[in-house]
Amino acid sequence: MMSSQLPALQVVLPLLGAPFCFLLWRYPRWSWALATLLSWSAFGVAIMLLIQVQNAGTIEYAFGGWQAPWGIEYVVDQLNVLVLLIVSGIAAVVFPYSWTSVQREIDPEQQSLFFTSMLLCLAGLLGITIAGDAFNLFVLLEISSLSTYTMISMGRDRRALTASFQYLIMGTIGATFIIIGVGILYMLTGTLNMQDLATRIPDLGTSRASQVAFGFLITGIGLKLAMFPLHLWLPNAYAYAPSAASAFIAATATKVAVYVMVRYVFSIFGVGFSFETMHIQWLFVPVSVFAILFTSIVALFQRDIKRMLAYSSVAQIGYMLLGIGLVNVTGLSAALLHLFNHALMKGALFLAMGAVCYRIGNTFIDSMHGLGKQMPWTMAAFVVGGLSIVGVPLTTGFVSKWVLIQGAIENGWWPVVAVILVASLIAMLYIWRVVEAAYMKPRPEGAESITEAPASLLIPLWLLAAANIYFGANAQFSMELAQSAAKTLFNSAVVGF
Amino acid sequence: MDSIFTDILAGALGRYNYWVVIVLMMAGFYVVIASTNLVKKIVGLNIFQTSVFIMYISIGKISGGTAPIVWANAELYSNPLPHVLILTAIVVGVATTALGLSLIMRIKHAYGSVEEDEILALSQAEDEDE
Amino acid sequence: MTPESLLITALVLPLVGGALTLCLSKFQNARDGATIFTALVLLFVIIQLIGTTLSGGTVEWQLFEMLPGLSIEFRIEPLGMMFAGIAALLWPINSLYSVGYMRGNNEDNQTRFYLFFAIAIFGVMGVAFAGNLLTLFIFYEVLTLSTFPLVTHKGNDTALAGGRIYLSILLTTSIGLLLPAIIWTWTVAGTTDFSAGGILYGKISGVPLTILTLLFIFGIGKAAVMPVHRWLPAAMVAPTPVSALLHAVAVVKAGVFSVVKIVVYIIGIDTLSAAPWSSLLWILPGLTIVVASVVAIKQDNLKKRLAYSTIGQLSYVVLGALLIAPLSIKGAALHIVAHAFGKITLFFAAGSIYTSCKKTDVSQLDGIGWRMPFTMTAFTIGAISMIGLPPAAGFISKWYLLMGAFQVEQLVAVMVIITSTLLNTAYFMPVVYAAWFRKESGETILTYGEAPWPVVVALMLTAIITILLFLFPGIPFTLISAIPL
Repeated sequence: MMSSQLPALQVVLPLLGAPFCFLLWRYPRWSWALATLLSWSAFGVAIMLLIQVQNAGTIEYAFGGWQAPWGIEYVVDQLNVLVLLIVSGIAAVVFPYSWTSVQREIDPEQQSLFFTSMLLCLAGLLGITIAGDAFNLFVLLEISSLSTYTMISMGRDRRALTASFQYLIMGTIGATFIIIGVGILYMLTGTLNMQDLATRIPDLGTSRASQVAFGFLITGIGLKLAMFPLHLWLPNAYAYAPSAASAFIAATATKVAVYVMVRYVFSIFGVGFSFETMHIQWLFVPVSVFAILFTSIVALFQRDIKRMLAYSSVAQIGYMLLGIGLVNVTGLSAALLHLFNHALMKGALFLAMGAVCYRIGNTFIDSMHGLGKQMPWTMAAFVVGGLSIVGVPLTTGFVSKWVLIQGAIENGWWPVVAVILVASLIAMLYIWRVVEAAYMKPRPEGAESITEAPASLLIPLWLLAAANIYFGANAQFSMELAQSAAKTLFNSAVVGF
Repeated sequence: MDSIFTDILAGALGRYNYWVVIVLMMAGFYVVIASTNLVKKIVGLNIFQTSVFIMYISIGKISGGTAPIVWANAELYSNPLPHVLILTAIVVGVATTALGLSLIMRIKHAYGSVEEDEILALSQAEDEDE
Repeated sequence: MTPESLLITALVLPLVGGALTLCLSKFQNARDGATIFTALVLLFVIIQLIGTTLSGGTVEWQLFEMLPGLSIEFRIEPLGMMFAGIAALLWPINSLYSVGYMRGNNEDNQTRFYLFFAIAIFGVMGVAFAGNLLTLFIFYEVLTLSTFPLVTHKGNDTALAGGRIYLSILLTTSIGLLLPAIIWTWTVAGTTDFSAGGILYGKISGVPLTILTLLFIFGIGKAAVMPVHRWLPAAMVAPTPVSALLHAVAVVKAGVFSVVKIVVYIIGIDTLSAAPWSSLLWILPGLTIVVASVVAIKQDNLKKRLAYSTIGQLSYVVLGALLIAPLSIKGAALHIVAHAFGKITLFFAAGSIYTSCKKTDVSQLDGIGWRMPFTMTAFTIGAISMIGLPPAAGFISKWYLLMGAFQVEQLVAVMVIITSTLLNTAYFMPVVYAAWFRKESGETILTYGEAPWPVVVALMLTAIITILLFLFPGIPFTLISAIPL
């Protein structure tokens, strides 16, 4: 009985938990405990969904018994179960972490609000992923975005407010573009259900209206996933948000947006329309090549390491778009695999920065001098995450890069291979800056002595760092999921899911 | 000649709802981009969103259709779904506006200004101080 | 013990040794003893494995699959066995030497030193036993990263600057060139396993094959073929035991060993010799040999001179592999052995001189032979081996290289080898001459004698092995004849 309701529970649990979390505003510790419990249950549900999908194939869930295409439908297939797993998994690690970190960064009376926002954001992100209905996707997108703006604005620096406002303007424009696209599609096809859309869009041929809808949707989603050069909101937002929020958003929000992009490009519009009629790869490839090179170089010159990681995120999103733009199964697998892997590495890196911020109050590179000795575990976890970004073997980043390069070689795109490698070397430089500061520079004179971060921060941090190593050494699980999803997307995209 | 002209005219004016939508959308978009006052930006954003609401509402209308209430004499109903959808979108829009305005209040409190260029100058000064 | 568990032991043992030194960091004697003890146990294990290999047994062990069809696995074959044998034989000797050197010079952070040294040996074992390119690449990088703290051991600005060059060149070449070459191989051949005769036959040919080969040669920066040799002189800021084991033996040999292994087991010599311009590939190491030898003559700093000599000698091995003649490849494999023992003796001697009287330049060595007779005898033996004169091991390997060059009728290559032998003489003989036949100059009347006994014992051991290898080259020969060519 319960198991057939899992798709609904996935979203409803955190969504309904949020108001209760808010009601406990006098008791931040309880509201945190509730949020953590719900994040774990969401992770549990995602695991059960994964098992169901692997055993029985795609799950379709009709809300309230109203059958699609009239009712609202939730669909879980090979593709989004991977995203569900990563979003809820990161949440299950970041939520426990958030308590200690938030104590240092947010006023007690606002803490419950913060946990409520995080829970809403989780509900929204899971909802976007699982929704089988284009309009529902928009609503849940806005739920997650609004709660993200709130979380960012709680950063201690006043620049967090302007960062949040900037994100609000750009995010809302993006979301509005998405509903314009959805509206036009609805006019053309009379349906909002994704499967229905996928079957009806090919009948439209190359109508100009559907091309316009495609344009609006790609731009709107591009804003949400910080596609270069629509990424301007991202660095400030990640840099000034509270540490726990940065880690959570960086590891999940853009990944979900990438998922939405893949869903629209491959499932709804179909490979034929997207790549043969619209030639979207000729947008994705140059844009991502620019993103990878340009933002990696910008990252080199950042003084605030959180900001540096934010720029690196834009570059890493470039890798995912590049994988999509390769238009082959290997490339798409690489994109999906990197979606999974990047969540792990950026999660670990931002959590490490959260621990640093907990002890020294900021994340500037010059105040991190000599931290390698003072906070050995934190910095070691940072190094693991950093090696993963660079793509050193036995880390997740290596596996993603391996598959991505393989995809590029299959196309014979040698310059693209060169770009990926050059960007890895730049990544090595910006990670190296931190390593050198932390391990080879002495602690500044007169700086107060620092001890290692508390275990409540270290355990979640090391869980993610260890996941980076585990899934880097044994990538069978993630690779099989990504590969089978990619194959399904390529083969059956024309006739539905 | 004449008939082509009228065809174009009819094509353009017959879908006047889209012209309304496009004009509103561009006006709103312009305000968001060009205005330096944060409150005006939110107003622009509202106009921008409203244009989309109108688009949805107008596409639900079917010529000769009546309100979608079951009625013996009705032959054709308007499509109620876009209206229902847009109700949700309006709620989202209200929430965004509320959040945007409250952010502006906090910004005013923190920077003493709601003009983007002044805030930017203050932020940059802070960046350089660090 | 079964061969498989021996293999696993050989891989894990250095890590255990590292962990032991970490645990015993408070007790200096126990810690140093633990290092030497682990090294001896490893040697024992490797000797048993050599026995298995000589009797024709093969051992395979798969750790786990990273991606479908792409796993981390180890397989023992003669070439790798030989490399592991050298490293295992030299680790205990080097540890003994390190104890004398590190204590004699009062170095800081000795525990860190032994720990990373052990991890580096772990990397060497992984490279030697790697069953496919992926595993090789991973341990290649382990070796790069674990030796970085050793290179920058002194922690001052010069050390850091040297370390930065070291790391940046090695990582840039390996990520920028070697990795794409590996992925390319994987895409073309569907496997990266080392197997007799190569895996690329019929899969790739023409100019792309030549490009792939070049990617491999320059991607393996540790082989120090010019122009990617700059890291070697830069790494000379390291303490001498590090320079000795890592830059005369482990790191550089991992490089040339990988080149030989890839030429033999991945590309395959028949496939390679069919590639366009393949008969010209040897010019790259050939030029390196001549240029490096000329530069070495100009170096006054003894360790720098040895570093450039290493660059030249490494290119002999690469040259042997790229002449694509069975005999020259055997010569290349032999030269890995011969150079290892010769060069480590030379480095030990340089470190011994530094420990006892802090001299680093060739011009300061007048008459030093009579003060440090053991050290300088060993140095002389090492130099003879480097030049390629009997009765030292270097003679045999050079002989094979020359025969290989004749076999494929590359007379210019023959000229290169002969010229470089003259150049080798030109940069080693002055040192030997000065040490024994020049009068000590008046100003440096200091009383000093031999270095501490562990140092002297270690360097005498390696010198003796250098000669023994000439007299009894049985084991390396048998291993080398087992390489499927």
